[in-house]
Amino acid sequence: MNLDSLVKHSPALVVALPLLLAFSTPLWSRFNKQLRNIWVVAGMCMTTLLGLFMAYNVLRYGPITYVFGASDPTQTIPHDSGGIPIRIIFNVDAMSAFMVIIIAIVGLATTIYARPSELRRKGLNSFYALLMLLIAGVLGLVCTGDLFNMFVFFEISSLAGAALVAYRIDKGIAVEAGLKYALISTVGGLFFLIAVALLYGQYGSLNIAVIAKMMQFTRLDRFALVFITVPLAMKAGAVPMHMWTPDAYSRAPSSITAFLVVSSQASLYALFRILFTLYNVTLDCRTFGWIIIILGVLSMFIGVTMALPQKTVKRLMAYHAISQTGYMLLGVGVGLATLCDQDKGGAFDVCGRTAMVGGVFHIINHAMYKGLLFLTAGAVIHRTGVRNLEELGGLGHSMKLTMVFFIIGALSIAGIPPFNGFASKILIYESVFMFSPYLAIIAILVSILTLASFVKVFHSMFMGPKLPKFAEVKDAPTPMMFGMGLLAVMIVIGGLFPTIVTENIVEPAVTALTNQSAYIRTIFILP
Amino acid sequence: MLILMTQLDTGFGVWDPLVWLAALAVAIILGFIIRSFGVKDYKKGTDQTLPFLSGDKQENVEYIHIRASNLYWGYLDALKGYYSRLIPLHTGIVTDYLLWLFGTMAAAMIIGLLA
Repeated sequence: MNLDSLVKHSPALVVALPLLLAFSTPLWSRFNKQLRNIWVVAGMCMTTLLGLFMAYNVLRYGPITYVFGASDPTQTIPHDSGGIPIRIIFNVDAMSAFMVIIIAIVGLATTIYARPSELRRKGLNSFYALLMLLIAGVLGLVCTGDLFNMFVFFEISSLAGAALVAYRIDKGIAVEAGLKYALISTVGGLFFLIAVALLYGQYGSLNIAVIAKMMQFTRLDRFALVFITVPLAMKAGAVPMHMWTPDAYSRAPSSITAFLVVSSQASLYALFRILFTLYNVTLDCRTFGWIIIILGVLSMFIGVTMALPQKTVKRLMAYHAISQTGYMLLGVGVGLATLCDQDKGGAFDVCGRTAMVGGVFHIINHAMYKGLLFLTAGAVIHRTGVRNLEELGGLGHSMKLTMVFFIIGALSIAGIPPFNGFASKILIYESVFMFSPYLAIIAILVSILTLASFVKVFHSMFMGPKLPKFAEVKDAPTPMMFGMGLLAVMIVIGGLFPTIVTENIVEPAVTALTNQSAYIRTIFILP
Repeated sequence: MLILMTQLDTGFGVWDPLVWLAALAVAIILGFIIRSFGVKDYKKGTDQTLPFLSGDKQENVEYIHIRASNLYWGYLDALKGYYSRLIPLHTGIVTDYLLWLFGTMAAAMIIGLLA
């Protein structure tokens, strides 16, 4: 297999590899458990490298399409199909590549982190198999160009995620959380499927590019839009459908929680893909943009105000995840609201595009710092066995490096320079201020409350005298340090060199998202 | 080249973390200079380095550590009207979560059909 062949087949391989890992992991453990662990970590490294390689090629040379079942994977329209694509097609453009980068990095960090954190548990075969299945599901969700295929990967990632949430059982509390996650996701998935059926009934295709080309925004299309976008917003953790998030995030193992954040962002990706690529300017941009903005503002404010009174560290962080999702919705919502005014000097030119760049940039930043924060919380829980902030304290004496990683994550989420959180937030603040000053003021207020909340967590966990009950506590094991360190390095790099990220990854992603005709042209290629 | 890589054009101005770090470095140096004028003749491990607790002896380390619920109690007390309405909405019952989903969907549908 030469390099060109690898590039051509990379969209399929990037999903196939974690799937292979998922199903082969229990077989390896029959020989030796260490061999299984090595197999999983090595396989995840390969997946990460492949994902980054594919993303590099997409960002450098343009979108990659992959047609399943065709003799030539790039032949999107069979010669005897009457001019329409009939197979399942993966369409990896810059926005998909952006998401693949996030999944690859966070997936690797959490896989390496998971090994010591779950060492004392039984059922590791299932754990690793489900983790790989979750990663495969999320990768497939962001690469696919087919609506029904999107639903399938949505379900795969939801069910694998629900099983992982319930993994620790925790006297049934974790199982309850997993059940909630499964039920919510399944009901949301059902509405998604109804929407797919409505669109298929009207346009006779499941391919996103084909439907986008024929979209007329009829009354049925409005129903379909609501049935698709509201469940996806729910899966992303948007208020007022956010209540499952603290239950699921707090009960899942911390490595899984860090990846569930990415899974939620993949749902956010799907939401943006539907709004911008499938519907684009056919929908009433201002109305639907404001719906997204309102969901964003509610998520920001209610997320952070609910976080402040929390007493368990992971529930607090889960509410902050909801709050930060609000920033992404706000930025992209402003972009959608101004999308119909794309003339030179129009609203999209003045502030909409920058708001979208800020919102999309915030996705990758959030994945890094939120993942890091959950991993640090997991390290503390792993060493102390305590998750209640009331009972923690003085860990700064013995868990110094974990404390440093926590500080990096906390300052980043609060939008304090020079970390990456500030870089995306300043883009959002300035552009949203041009759109509506009140929204920007709310966004800044939420950042202040976020900082206040993490000062509380920092003090409760790390400050104060060394407590006698934690006298024997040591810092986190090396693999956990590696996982946290990887994300911390990405945060610092993203903060010190924001232009590298925005120019090379974020701006192409935003361009790909807003340029519907370019997406359609990747399928309807003229020879 | 390195400087250009750090500058982020926000569309309305420029953000440069290196400039911020330089300012922070100046502030830290100033802080150290001011600190150097301080008293140096304390002895580590003596009563001079123990926390001052209004003259009381430090009895129980667990007792003196300020717990999470003591922080921001004033803020939470001031906003108890807001929290008394918000927190009960988070019932923990999964069917309530679904009701919120259906309610949001209904609201979005009404707005979407009217728009």
